[in-house]
Amino acid sequence: MMNRQGRPSQAAENTSRTTGPTSTGHKALDLSEPLIFEQDRPGQTGVDFEDVPLSRSRLGGLDRDQSIGLPGLTESQVVRHYTRLSRKNYAIDMGMFPLGSCTMKHNPRLNEAMAGLPGFADIHPLQPTSTIQGALAVMDQLGDWLIELTGMPGVSLAPKAGAHGELCGLMTIRAALEARGDARSRVLVPESAHGTNPATAALCGYKVDSIPANDEGRVDLEALKEKLDDDVAAIMLTNPNTCGLFERDIVEIAELTHAAGAFFYCDGANFNAIVGKVRPGDLGIDAMHINLHKTFSTPHGGGGPGSGPVTFSEALVPYAPGPFVKQAGDALTLDEGFEPEAIGRMAAFHGQMGMFIRALTYMLSHGGDGLKQVAEDAVLNANYILSSLQDVMSPSFAGPCMHEALFDDKFLKDTGVSTLDFSKALIDEGFHPMTMYFPLVVQGAMLIEPTETESRESLDEFIHALRHLAQSASSGKSNSFVAAPQYAPVTRLDETQAARKPVLSYQPPEVDAAE
Amino acid sequence: MSDIRYSEEHEWIRVDGDVGTVGISDYAQGALGDVVFVEMPEVGTNLDQNAEVGVIESVKAASEIYTPVSGEVVAVNDAVDGDPSLVNTDPLGEGWLFQVKLSNADELDGLANQEAYDKFLEGLD
Amino acid sequence: MRYLPLTADDRPHMLASIGAGDIDDLFVDVPADKLLGEPLNLPDHQSEMAIERHMSALAAQNHAAGSGPSFLGAGAYRHHVPATVKHLMSRGEFLTAYTPYQPEISQGTLQVLFEFQTQVARLTGMEVANASMYDGSTACGEAVLMARRITKNKKVILSGNLHPHYADVVETVTRYMDDDVIRLPAAPEGGLPDVEIIDDLSCVVIQNPDVFGHVHDLAPLAEKLHEAGALLIVVVTEAVSLGAIRSPGEMGADIVVVEGQSIGNSMNFGGPYLGLFATRLRYVRQMPGRLCGETVDSDGQRGFVLTLSTREQHIRREKATSNICTNSGLCALAFSIHLSLLGETGLRQLASINHARAVHLAEKLEAVEGVSVVNESLFNELTLRVPSDAAGLVQRLADQNILAGVPASRLFGEGTGVDDLILLAATETNTEEDIDQLCDALQEALS
Repeated sequence: MMNRQGRPSQAAENTSRTTGPTSTGHKALDLSEPLIFEQDRPGQTGVDFEDVPLSRSRLGGLDRDQSIGLPGLTESQVVRHYTRLSRKNYAIDMGMFPLGSCTMKHNPRLNEAMAGLPGFADIHPLQPTSTIQGALAVMDQLGDWLIELTGMPGVSLAPKAGAHGELCGLMTIRAALEARGDARSRVLVPESAHGTNPATAALCGYKVDSIPANDEGRVDLEALKEKLDDDVAAIMLTNPNTCGLFERDIVEIAELTHAAGAFFYCDGANFNAIVGKVRPGDLGIDAMHINLHKTFSTPHGGGGPGSGPVTFSEALVPYAPGPFVKQAGDALTLDEGFEPEAIGRMAAFHGQMGMFIRALTYMLSHGGDGLKQVAEDAVLNANYILSSLQDVMSPSFAGPCMHEALFDDKFLKDTGVSTLDFSKALIDEGFHPMTMYFPLVVQGAMLIEPTETESRESLDEFIHALRHLAQSASSGKSNSFVAAPQYAPVTRLDETQAARKPVLSYQPPEVDAAE
Repeated sequence: MSDIRYSEEHEWIRVDGDVGTVGISDYAQGALGDVVFVEMPEVGTNLDQNAEVGVIESVKAASEIYTPVSGEVVAVNDAVDGDPSLVNTDPLGEGWLFQVKLSNADELDGLANQEAYDKFLEGLD
Repeated sequence: MRYLPLTADDRPHMLASIGAGDIDDLFVDVPADKLLGEPLNLPDHQSEMAIERHMSALAAQNHAAGSGPSFLGAGAYRHHVPATVKHLMSRGEFLTAYTPYQPEISQGTLQVLFEFQTQVARLTGMEVANASMYDGSTACGEAVLMARRITKNKKVILSGNLHPHYADVVETVTRYMDDDVIRLPAAPEGGLPDVEIIDDLSCVVIQNPDVFGHVHDLAPLAEKLHEAGALLIVVVTEAVSLGAIRSPGEMGADIVVVEGQSIGNSMNFGGPYLGLFATRLRYVRQMPGRLCGETVDSDGQRGFVLTLSTREQHIRREKATSNICTNSGLCALAFSIHLSLLGETGLRQLASINHARAVHLAEKLEAVEGVSVVNESLFNELTLRVPSDAAGLVQRLADQNILAGVPASRLFGEGTGVDDLILLAATETNTEEDIDQLCDALQEALS
């Protein structure tokens, strides 16, 4: 049977080598690489150990006597395997990632070097605090920087990622409301919000109520006023919002929210646009998570780990979770007790220390003056792209953007080229595509965020590629788009088959034949 | 067999006696893309009209299924469970989803006929 | 400034091409009185050299565990990570890559995830595993929420010997859901809790080896729970133990969560860590987190993609299985590389050495007057009973640069009946000399 992509939905004979132009399946530097399970030499290992005799087994008779199923490889096989695989990835080190909402800025190696110092990497979270004063100082200093940058008096370093920070912030809000005997049941979230926002609200037991955007891509203030009543616990906004625009009415929104007895949660994903220029606390925000892996350059690592500390207004401080670094005489100590009215432990131990070190190193590198320049250059770069493309692509909203520029697919109307096809063609041009189909408030969205670490030359090259593609599409060359990408290690993948008949771990060929 | 009727949520229903067969419209399957999984209501469940009874998943989207009528679920389409592509290739036939024993036949009057549904679709673009 | 490529020439040129006079013209939507006029109270930018000095000084204020005898466990473990691991995971194509949403240019990350998922499934003895979660403790919380979705029941029983931080996290994450979490009392002497099958039981969460180090056969409990329509969630805090002990899957677990830090990752003062999450195939649509699946491209070539994404927040929004958006990618990569180096033979050897060291530690400790080892069974962790004030004793030894273990009161709280207990771990990084030094220092401190 066929699927939408015009390819058979039956599993083709799985090949780990292409039946291509060479005998090996390799193509010069693009080396094809099988799975580790396909290279197994039973008994082989890439590690040496000194023998340690066992006097008697004390496993209670529960020895693992069945085979585990882990393949045996030599050290050099392992080095080749991962080196070859790495070369099939695009990365910031290689080129620009214009991903709106992700802030894919340069990841400095100084951060890595500092995080790798034995004094940071080789310390156990439960060592007596007298033996890890430096670690506590890092947490303390990072907290101080975040407090100063946001203008908000409280901070929790516990959350392990941005979404975890959202959960922390929203739970803290609920705790505050319940403490004053005013439990409410709804949270207002814009239609343009990132999916984590409503997902988080649901995890806190709240019903999600959507706020529409107006014609200018910002929160519809009248609609908000209608929905704000004494059953609303919080609004969750992103500012600048997911269309890359600063919410002009934000101060009024905060005042209205507080007047209704609710709290203002801000998703800090777009902090890169305003860091050092605007303090969220000054706008009336009560809780905001900060993605250290976005604004503060910690590496994305192919999907994680992140870190999502949350800053709090005075009203929420009593309900925010620790552990907290405190001064005790001359020394620093760690307060691991959770106050009864606070929301409780978010995760084991004390937070993403490895990311704290990287972020603090980055903050120290830029300094307050540098961070302000970061925001200015990020906004300048995005506007440079917006104004250089507005004649050949379709910006969704008029006026300057902040750190990211939103386009929709109007310019592709009647070309036979979709946002998806357009993005895949960009891969062949040597770029990672921009964020596609988000936010949901415009059709076929393309959200472009260059960040401040792209040079003018790099931006000009990107603009050149997009202009070329836009012109190509409008002159009817849809075939090359639909076939894209042609030069990547693989062509478009059958995601339908992957979802209809999921294969989520290695199945040796004999198992397939039996089905 | 009655005429086909449609709900605003793009479900269709055809009634034979007091049992209605429900599926999603051709428009809906096109908008969803390749269907990969359908979460069906359980046989024996009692449904209220317009209640959310299941989910249809494509690769990039998930759409709730709402029942166009009230009643008891008497059958679900196991063929779709094994081969979700039926919803794309034959949404009004082999790609049916579930069958309901109607508890209130009057509800059908509130649903659109083919002509009204087609007009509704025109208004959507 | 070294991370800002725009020059003093670029900026005015770019502003002019936009038609803006001044950078603040682009901040026109910010209310004028909210645009900072004064610089913040923060130091100015610094050179790489100056920062190295600052951060190295802070690092020097920490006693690195490897600089003396160290016997800390309780959820984080000191293991030797081969040099190859750090070298490979530091490659820019892995370190600075994004989530593989564009699979054509992310086959490196995706193939690693597919291999990782397979390794985790096999290690835990389960049918399917996800691409990782933040850490063992939050994975435990997610497992409890998943059990509720599957069973539709609301009562959760947590073993008293589950790591207290993990139990705390379960309580936090269910705080505003209507689950009823029952926390059994700690049982340092060991033994499995006698679980009463109550109405509306969703799951029981047991750690194996438990926080006191005891090893359990969970098969009878699994059977009992399955008869009652409830699920068994097994927590493993020391991933290396899976190289020696019967797997949770073999014992009948329905969901297994593991702290993966021990393999490939440094202790890093508690994070970032690595949550391994595995379950039965029939529950896969209820499993949170990212999933990587095998497929083909348009030429029929094998490739990998993220799949079953409709469980996740970016599609399902408020109906998602979880709000999780990241995985622990880099830590999962390090884990996978290390496990590839070890292989079946190497992992079993490593586990065996850990066990041998711990058994030896236990024997030597038994010879110290005034203390006793509580454990009969153990893998690489044990509980030591001391005359009194375990925390004070641990501090005195720390002042001599010996990290003697974790006082149980640090995890359970003071005055909860465990003030005289220390939790110790021994790994392949501990030498005989370390063990002798510890025992001598203990003997000395107690006399």
